[in-house]
This record gives sequence, structure tokens and C-alpha cells, in this order.
Amino acid sequence: MSVLVFVEVADGEVKGSSLEAVGYGAEVAKQQGTTATAIVLGTSIAADKLAALGKYGAAKVLHVADEKLNNGVIQAYVQVLAQAFEQTGAKILIVAKSSLSDAVTARLSVRLKASLASNVTDLPSTNGGFTVKKSVFTGKAFQTISLANENKIIALKKSAFSPVDSGSPAPVETFSASLSDADFGVKITKTDKITGELLLTEADLVVSGGRGLKGPENWGVILDLAKALNAATGCSKPVSDLDWRPHHEHVGQTGVKVAPNLYVAVGISGAIQHLAGVSSSKCIVVINKDPEAPFFKAADYGIVGDAFEILPKLTAAAQKLK
Amino acid sequence: MKILVCITHVPDTTSKINFVEGNSKLDTTNMQFIIGPYDDYALARGVELRDALGGTLTVLNVGTAETEPTLRKALAIGADDAIRIDAEPTDAFFVSEQIAEVAKKHNYDLILMGRESSDYNGGQVHGMVGEMLGIPSLSPVMKLDIEGSTAKMAREIEGGKEYLEANLPLVLGVQEPIAEWKIPNMKGIMTARKKPLEVIQPANPTQYTQPQQYELPAAKGACKMIAPEEAEKLIELLKTEAKVL
Repeated sequence: MSVLVFVEVADGEVKGSSLEAVGYGAEVAKQQGTTATAIVLGTSIAADKLAALGKYGAAKVLHVADEKLNNGVIQAYVQVLAQAFEQTGAKILIVAKSSLSDAVTARLSVRLKASLASNVTDLPSTNGGFTVKKSVFTGKAFQTISLANENKIIALKKSAFSPVDSGSPAPVETFSASLSDADFGVKITKTDKITGELLLTEADLVVSGGRGLKGPENWGVILDLAKALNAATGCSKPVSDLDWRPHHEHVGQTGVKVAPNLYVAVGISGAIQHLAGVSSSKCIVVINKDPEAPFFKAADYGIVGDAFEILPKLTAAAQKLK
Repeated sequence: MKILVCITHVPDTTSKINFVEGNSKLDTTNMQFIIGPYDDYALARGVELRDALGGTLTVLNVGTAETEPTLRKALAIGADDAIRIDAEPTDAFFVSEQIAEVAKKHNYDLILMGRESSDYNGGQVHGMVGEMLGIPSLSPVMKLDIEGSTAKMAREIEGGKEYLEANLPLVLGVQEPIAEWKIPNMKGIMTARKKPLEVIQPANPTQYTQPQQYELPAAKGACKMIAPEEAEKLIELLKTEAKVL
């Protein structure tokens, strides 16, 4: 019996959220008196990066080196992970919550008869049972639930666990899964994806702009500050609705939900739908011309004033930090 | 074309969340309930597809009698008929099993729902239903067109989009901008009263998780204001005080 951790790759690197999942998986394995095995699908990652998962707590890394798995094909991923779960004799699967892992773990829950908890924020409590705490009501509350089935799946919320790079590289083994054409029945015809940029969902720091910036041509001040801080960029719903910025940057209730260490909101009034997407941030900075903007009530730091004067000052100060 | 749209009945986004009975139950006093924001997109796209391709659109909710106004609203927006499975939606597996039981009897070409509910945010039901029915499931789908028996879709992935094609039947969890939310008009509201709403009893009440207790996050401290002429001080505070840089 071991703990299996599903590791996602983006741009040839292990995703930061997946490192959190590996570290978390190692702790859960310790609680259960066993070890954590990481599994990586596809051929877009170098061998040394696979072994390096050992430093974050994986005792062993399984690699499914099939290039057909370089895209996140949901049905095929379910097949591979179900086979790995059964063959390694795992009882617990850990994943970092993402749009891919949501889709995959739901199907796995049915196939493996596994209790599934998503958006989990803490290590399980194993005093008389097995319970986890998860974020609910879009960040407005937490709920403790019990996972009573023998098999369990935990989807970890971003930033809920800080992985420590302390161990040594782990052995990497090839894992062969049996896949059929039916597993690839859904055809991916094209992928449009930014490369070489920080992913919003993965970023520790986010700088977001709203309608207060008055137009897409003014985004330079946001991009400059983001670059100086090494932050990802986001935006409010009106900004993405107006096509000033692409939809994958829209932060909020119906867009991307983020949980960075720092969220800087510029020219965003703070409608409740936007707050729902950022309420799990550790520290929130609000910059707005309007001192009555509701966002200030949810902020840790605030500046009332003109973004076009304030942001260059912040960018200059951030550059000096380096 | 037979379309099923599954909707949740959730607290309005602006609701203040509190708990009662020893933090074991949501306090619904004075709470407004709405169609789940993502489900509303599923319903809107379902209505457009039904209007363009013909066929029927059924709307379904797993919930007690108090969710009927939400189902009536979906009928007013354009669903042809409604099914309510009379049970408290206790966990994603339970809800999925109820939906799958109905779907097995009706052979829908397309089952649509929001990518997640805005109360429990699980994002699991579409995948579970797909697995129970043995058909593909995809989420979050942000564009959907039907050509013959093929669905052409765009799915949001981190940092971009993926374009997909698959044969029907399918289960899809959707999000914006798949369609614009629809507001019921007077004619819709009048006809909705006469449309069929079938209430059925739950099958196989199995749960995979057991809810125990709720808690609220720690209260946020006051916002520290910095004068705009000293804006650069913020970076120092973020480094030394908040320790996030």
C-alpha cells in the first residue's frame, strides 16, 4: 500500500502546484506508515526533472512515456491512473486541483469507488476515521468531511501546502499502461497556449487590472510591475468581456480562482464576483482612485490615487529589490 | 436532439455565509437562491442549441421542494420540461448517481451542466455522470457547436484553449463565454407555470463522503493605507511586514 501522487507538467516543467501535491502526499504517506509514489504522464519532461521529485518527498517516480499523453486527454488519463492505482496497491491518490485533475478525479472516483475531496486545505485528520478540511462557498467557508471508503482521492487547493526541497533524487521507473483507441475518442484538433509566461493559476504573485485602466493600450504599467515582481497578470470580468485581455486572465467567480501569496488589484472596484476569485490570497493590495471602492474592505494594503502615477513608482522600487 | 441540463440551486453570489445548529448547517434565513452561475450558462447554450437544431430540453435538479422556483425559472428561460429528484444533494457521488439513473432511461444526446456549483465548488458531477454512463465527459467547455452527431468544442486549459471534437453523446461541464445568460420574459414566465415538472424519488442513496462541520475563515484585519506620494513604501512593507516578496 502506498500513496500515489499525480504530477502535472507544463512547459516541460513540473507544475508548482504538483510539487505541493508531492510534498503533501509524502506527509500523508508518513501518517499512513508508507511512502509516496509520483506518476508523470507524457514525454515533454526531462529525466532529471522526474528524479528531482524525490527531493520533494516522492520515494519513487513512475513515468508513462507515451507521447500521446502529452496533451491532457481526460479519458486516457483516467485509464492510466486507474491502472497505476491498482497495480501499485495504492489506497490514496493525491492531485493538485486543476481543470484537468477535476475532470480526471471525478471519473476515477466512480471507477475506483473512492471517496473524493476537492479543494482540500489541510493534512487529513486520522483520529478515529479519516477527515479532511476543504474550502467551500467559493472561499467564504471551510467544511470538514469524512472520507469513509477504503480508496480515497484528495485534490489539494493551490498554496495549501508548502513543499520543502530537502531529500534526494528518487528512482524513476517506466510504467506501461494499456490504452485503446476508445480512450482517445475525444480528438484534440488544436491547442492555443501561451508559452514562456507564468501561468495565472500557478503564480505566487499576481498583478490584475480592471476597467479603471481605461483601455488595453494602457496595460503597459501592469505588465511592467508584473515583470519587476515576477508575477502573472490577471484582469477583471469587464476587461475580459471587452476583449482588452484574453479570457484565461479573467479572475473571479466565473473565471479563474487564484490563491497567490500576493494579489495586487489595480483599478478594480471589488465586486463580490471578483472577490470570490481572490479571497484565498494571503495578502491583497488594492490601488484605486475611488476611496469608497469596496475592494479596500477586503485588502491588507491600500493606496488611493492614480494608477498611472503609482505603478511606475512601485515598479522602480520592486526592481531595486533584485 | 435530446438535451438534459442539470442545474444547482445555490445561494446568490452576494449572500453572507453563516452556519447554524453547531456549525453543521447553512443558515438560509433571508437567503436568496439562484440557478448556479455556471449552470445558467449551460442552460442558455442548451436553449440556443434546441432552438437551432430542434428537439427537447429537459432541466433537472436534485433537491427538496424548495428548489422548485429555481426549476420554474429555468422553464421560463426556455426548458421544455423539468425533473426534480426529491432529495437533499448530500455529495457529488449521490447527485451523479441520481442524474445517471434518469439519463439511462432517456438516452440524451447531450448532458450539460456548469463546470462546478458555486456552493461546494467540487466540479465533479459531470465527470462522475460520464463515467457512470460510460460516455466521455469534458470540462470546462467554453464553446460548443453541434454538427450532425459531432460536437466541436473549446475547453479552457491553463494559459489558453484546447479545441476538441467528439461524437455524441457527451457530458459537458461548461463556463463562460459559451453563451450569454438569458433573462426570462413575461411570456416565458406565464408558460413556465404550465410546463410539466416531474418529481421522482431518489434511487440507490449511496454517499462517498460524509459532511461533518463548517467553519468560517478568520476575520480580515483592517486595511493599511499608504499615501500615494509614498507608494514605494508598499514594496518595503510587502517584503518586511507581510513577507510575501
